[in-house]
Amino acid sequence: MKVLVTVKRVIDYNVKIRVKPDGSDVDLTNVKMAVNPFCEIAVEEAVRLKEKGIASEIVVVSVGGSEAQEQLRTALALGADRAILVESTANTESLNVAKLLAKVVEQEQPSLVIMGKQAIDSDNNQTGQMLAALCDMPQATFASEVSVADNSVTVTREIDGGLQTLSLQLPAIVTTDLRLNEPRYASLPNIMKAKCKPLATVTPDDLGVTLSAHTQLLGVNPPPQRSAGVKVKSVAELVDKLKNEAKVI
Amino acid sequence: MAILVIAEHDNQQLKPATLNTVNAASQLNQPISILVIGSDCQAVAEQASAVSGVDTVLVADNAAYQHQLAENTAKLIAELASDFDYVIAAGTTTGKNTLPRVAALLDVAQISDIVAVKSADTFVRPIYAGNALATIQSLDSKKVITVRTSAFDAAGTDGSATITPCGLVHANAQSEFVSEELAVSERPELTAASVIISGGRGMGNGENFSLLEKVADKLGAAVGASRAAVDAGFVPNDMQVGQTGKIVAPDLYIAVGISGAIQHQAGMKDSKVIVAINKDEEAPIFQIADYGLVADLFEVLPELESLL
Amino acid sequence: MEFDVVIVGAGPAGLSAAYHLKKLANDKQQDISVCVLEKGSEVGAHILSGAILETTALDELIPDWQEKGAPLTTPVTEDALYLLKDQQRATKVPGWAIPAPMHNNGNYIVSLGNVCRWLATQAEAIGVEIFPGFAAAEIAYDDNGRVKGVYTGDMGISKDGEQKDSYMPGMALYGKYTLFAEGCRGHLGKQLISQFKLDENSDPQHYGIGIKELWEIDPALHKSGLVVHGSGWPLDNDTTGGFFLYHADNNQVVVGLIVDLNYSNPHISPFDEFQQMKHHPLFADVLSTGKRLSYGARAIAKGGLNALPDMAFPGGLLIGCDAGTLNFAKIKGTHTAMKSGMIAAENVLNALIQDGQSGQDGQDNLPDTLTGFTDAFRDSWLHKELHASRNFGPAMHKFGPIMGGAYNWIEQNLFKGRLPWTLHDTKPDYAQMKPASECPEKHYPKPDGKLSFDKLSSVYLSNTNHEEDQPSHLRLLDPAIPVKVNLAKYNEPAQRYCPAGVYEIVEAESGPQLQINAQNCVHCKTCDIKDPSQNICWVPPEGTGGPNYPNM
Repeated sequence: MKVLVTVKRVIDYNVKIRVKPDGSDVDLTNVKMAVNPFCEIAVEEAVRLKEKGIASEIVVVSVGGSEAQEQLRTALALGADRAILVESTANTESLNVAKLLAKVVEQEQPSLVIMGKQAIDSDNNQTGQMLAALCDMPQATFASEVSVADNSVTVTREIDGGLQTLSLQLPAIVTTDLRLNEPRYASLPNIMKAKCKPLATVTPDDLGVTLSAHTQLLGVNPPPQRSAGVKVKSVAELVDKLKNEAKVI
Repeated sequence: MAILVIAEHDNQQLKPATLNTVNAASQLNQPISILVIGSDCQAVAEQASAVSGVDTVLVADNAAYQHQLAENTAKLIAELASDFDYVIAAGTTTGKNTLPRVAALLDVAQISDIVAVKSADTFVRPIYAGNALATIQSLDSKKVITVRTSAFDAAGTDGSATITPCGLVHANAQSEFVSEELAVSERPELTAASVIISGGRGMGNGENFSLLEKVADKLGAAVGASRAAVDAGFVPNDMQVGQTGKIVAPDLYIAVGISGAIQHQAGMKDSKVIVAINKDEEAPIFQIADYGLVADLFEVLPELESLL
Repeated sequence: MEFDVVIVGAGPAGLSAAYHLKKLANDKQQDISVCVLEKGSEVGAHILSGAILETTALDELIPDWQEKGAPLTTPVTEDALYLLKDQQRATKVPGWAIPAPMHNNGNYIVSLGNVCRWLATQAEAIGVEIFPGFAAAEIAYDDNGRVKGVYTGDMGISKDGEQKDSYMPGMALYGKYTLFAEGCRGHLGKQLISQFKLDENSDPQHYGIGIKELWEIDPALHKSGLVVHGSGWPLDNDTTGGFFLYHADNNQVVVGLIVDLNYSNPHISPFDEFQQMKHHPLFADVLSTGKRLSYGARAIAKGGLNALPDMAFPGGLLIGCDAGTLNFAKIKGTHTAMKSGMIAAENVLNALIQDGQSGQDGQDNLPDTLTGFTDAFRDSWLHKELHASRNFGPAMHKFGPIMGGAYNWIEQNLFKGRLPWTLHDTKPDYAQMKPASECPEKHYPKPDGKLSFDKLSSVYLSNTNHEEDQPSHLRLLDPAIPVKVNLAKYNEPAQRYCPAGVYEIVEAESGPQLQINAQNCVHCKTCDIKDPSQNICWVPPEGTGGPNYPNM
C-alpha cells in the first residue's frame, strides 16, 4: 500500500525565537531550520511500515518555498521513496495547505496519510483534521500506536487523561504524537542516496487550486515578562494567600 | 448573530473546560448556545443549562454520538453552524480533534488556542510554544475558534438556559471506537496536573523527595524536578520540568529548592501562580514567583503538609 | 565510504579547501570527489568569530563574491582603539599610535557563521558533498600508519553505553588525503600533532578564550561600520586580553572580550570579566537600551608562526586554526585559514592528478606526506604575513600589555615586522596557573540582568543542546583529580574558565564533587586547554550536539 507523509520546514526546536523589533513577525533570518519534529515522527512511522512489508511506497509532500526541498531530502534520507514539493509561499495557513494536500491525495490515492499533529512554529494543530474533512476520510489524531491490518488501521490516541483506541477504515489520516516512536538518524550513505531520489515540484496552479487568505497576522509580541510578587513570612501566610488571594488551592 | 459553544463532557459530567470556554465566548457579547453531543447525555444538558450567560442548550443525544468521534460530530456541528457566527470549543484533545474538521467543512480558517479576545474578529494566540503571542484577525464571516482554557476564568453556574433537543443524526461508518483507558494513577501526570510541586538540587537527595510527595498527596499535585536534581541522580529524567524536559503550565507551581535558571523557567513560566521556596533569597526563581518564601525547605515542607 | 579527499570541519579553512579543490578539478575536467564533515547541526552552527574579514583570500577564492551574494555588507568605516583605565575612564589611542596591522580599511564586519553558510552553498553548487550533523570521532590509519580517513561517531548510545533504539554505528570515511580543519584545538588535530610529532620544531601553542555577544541596539546609537578595539579594565595587569565592539548591520552590534589563557590567577573568570566590562560607559552607553540576542564562546589559537606545527603528515594536512594560522597582530584568522585551505587544495590536487597520470599501471604513487604543501606555504603571502607578526603575542606575554603593546607598535609600524630576532614563549598556558592561595581573590559584581548576565541565561541564547541520554563528551582521564588536585590547589578553576557553566563543584553527602553538565557545552575547548592537570579531554558528542549560533 502507498503511504503519504507530510513534512513542514520549521525553525529548529533548539533555537530560541526572537520577535522582530517592529513586532511584525518572528525573525527567521539565518536561523537553523529543520523538519518539524512531529513530521519526523510521521516519516519514521511510515518507514517502519515499509520495513514491516506493509507499506510499498512512501511519498513525502511539503508545502512551502523552494528551500523546503532540504527537508524533503531529509525525509528521503530517512527512507521515503519520492518527494513532492508544492511550491507556495503565500497564504500557507492550515486550510490552504489542507486544500493543496487534498489535491495531492486525490492524485496519489494513498491508503494512509501520516502527518505531524502540529507544527512547532504556528502550533495550530489543524491541517491533518482539515485534510481528513476535505478528503472525507476518517482521522485519528495524536497517535501513540499505529497498527495496520487489511483494510483498516487501529490507532491508540493520547487524549486528555488517558488513551483511546479507534479503528479506521482505509484510506485514513493519522496524526502523530510525541511518543509514537523515536525517529532514527539519517545515515551518510542514505543521505547520499537521497540526493538521487525523485523530487517533483508543482505549484498551486498546477494542482488547480486558487488560494485566498482566511486570516491576517496583525502582529507578534513577546510574551509578557513575569515579575516578582510578594515575599511571605511564614508557611501559614503562604497557605492563606494561596487559598484566599490566588484561590488556587 | 450568535455563538455556539461545544460542550466538553463524558456523557455524565460537564467538564470544567466548558465553563472557561463560555467565559471566553461571553467576551464577544453575543448570545451563547451550548451544544451537547453525546449519548444518554441528558444529565450533561442539565448541567449546561445552569452555566451563566447561556441562553439555549442544544442536545444531540444519539447512540451514534456516544464517543464523540470527529467524523460525524463535525458534520453535525457544521450543519448547525449555519445559525451561528462563532463555533467555539475548548482546546482540549476533543476540541482540537473535532473543530478543524468543522472549519474545513465550512471552508473557513480555525483560530486555535486563543488566550485573549481583542475584538469580534481579532484574537491573541500563543505560537512557538508560547514564546511569542500572535494577534490574528479572522477574515471569514464564520469564525471557528478553540480556547486555551487556562487563559480564561470559569463562567458561573447560576444560569437557567432552555434545553432544546436536536434530532439531526449523522452516522459514522468510517471510524469505530475500540477501547479507552483512562489513567487512574494516584498522582496526575506532570503535563496534565493543575498543581505541580517540584524539587531541585536543594532537596539534597532522592529520599527527600518523599517530603514533596506528602505535600503533593494533600494537593492532588504532580511531582516534578529541575534538571540539576535529575543530573544529580535524585530522580528519573521523566520528572524533569524545563527547556529539555516537560513544559508545564499548571494553575499552581511550587518550586522547592530550585534556583530557577532560565532553562527551568522555560518549562514552567506560563504557570498561573508560581510559589518559590528557597533559602537563598538571591535565587532567580524569586524574580518570577508570585509568592516567595525564604526559608529552609526541610522545615517548610512538613509544616506545609500539616497545614493543608 | 571512499572519497578522493575527506575534509573534517566546515569552517573557513575546510570550506575554502573544498571549494578550491573542486573548482580547480572541475576546471581541469578532473572528477575529484570531496566530502566535508561538520559536527554542528548545520554549517555555521558552531562558527563563532568577531568578525572582521579581510578579503585577500576570498578575492582569490571567489573573485566575484560580491555578485554571488556573499554576506559581506558592512564595510569598516572607522577604527577606534581605547585603553580602559578603570570602570569609568578610557583613553582613546590616536590613530598614529595604533599598530599598523590593526587598521581595518577595506575590511568588512561579518557574521562568520553566515559567511560559512554562504561558502557552503557555493561549494555544494559545484559538487562538494557536505554532511552537517556528523562528527569525525577518530582517525583511521592504514597498516603503514598513514592517515586514510576518519570514523564518524556512533549515534544513539545511552549514558550507560548501551545501544538505544535509534542506534546507528559510526562509519568509515576514507580519502586519498584527509584535511583536518576542526578549528582551534581540534581533538583529532591534537592527536595528529602528538602522533606525528608535528610540533617538534615549534613553540607550544598559545590560546585565548573569546566570549562574544550579539546585541540589537537603539538605531540612534548605531554607527554601521564602526570598529572599536581596546584593552585594560577590568583585566588586571597580569592578565592580557582585548575587547571588540563592532557595529554590524540591522542595528546590531557585536561585543566581545578575548582573555589570553596564559593567565596565572585561578580565581579569574573570563566570563565575569566580560560581563563586568560591559558596565564601562564605552559599552554601557551603547548597550543599555538594547537587547542581547545571542551569546557564545570559542578558544583561539594565537601562537602564530612560532607555535605553528608542521602541517603535513602522511595522508593529510592540518589547516586553519586546527594548526594555528591565525594572525594575532591583526586579531584575524579567517583570511589566513582560508588561504591555508587553498594552498592545501592546490597541493592535494597536484598530487592526485600526478597519481592519475603516473599510476595507471595500478601502482599507487600518491606521496604520503605533501611536502609540496610545506614549500608552497613557505612561499605564500600567508607565511610572509605570519612571519611579520611572529613577535606580537610573545611580546605581550613577555613585556605585559603596556610595554608589549609599545614593542609591537615599534616593530609593526616602524619596522613592518622585519626585525631580525624572534621572541619565544615556551611555557604552555595550562602550566602558568599558580596555586589559589598565592593569588588575590576576585570578587565579581552580580549581573544586573540588563547589561550583565549569569552563565546559564547566556548559554540559553547560544541555543545549545545535546541529546541528554549519551555518554559525557568531557572525559576525565583521572576522575579523582578535580577534587584531589584541582580543587585543593587551584579551587578547581574549571568552574570559572568554562564560559558555559559546565563544571560545578557541588557538595554531596560524601564531600565535594565535580559535576559535569555536558549538555551546556558550547564546544569552546577551553577546558581541554586550560585544565592545570591536563586531565580533561574534549571529545565530540553525538553529531548535531552543541550550540546553534545564529548570525554569530
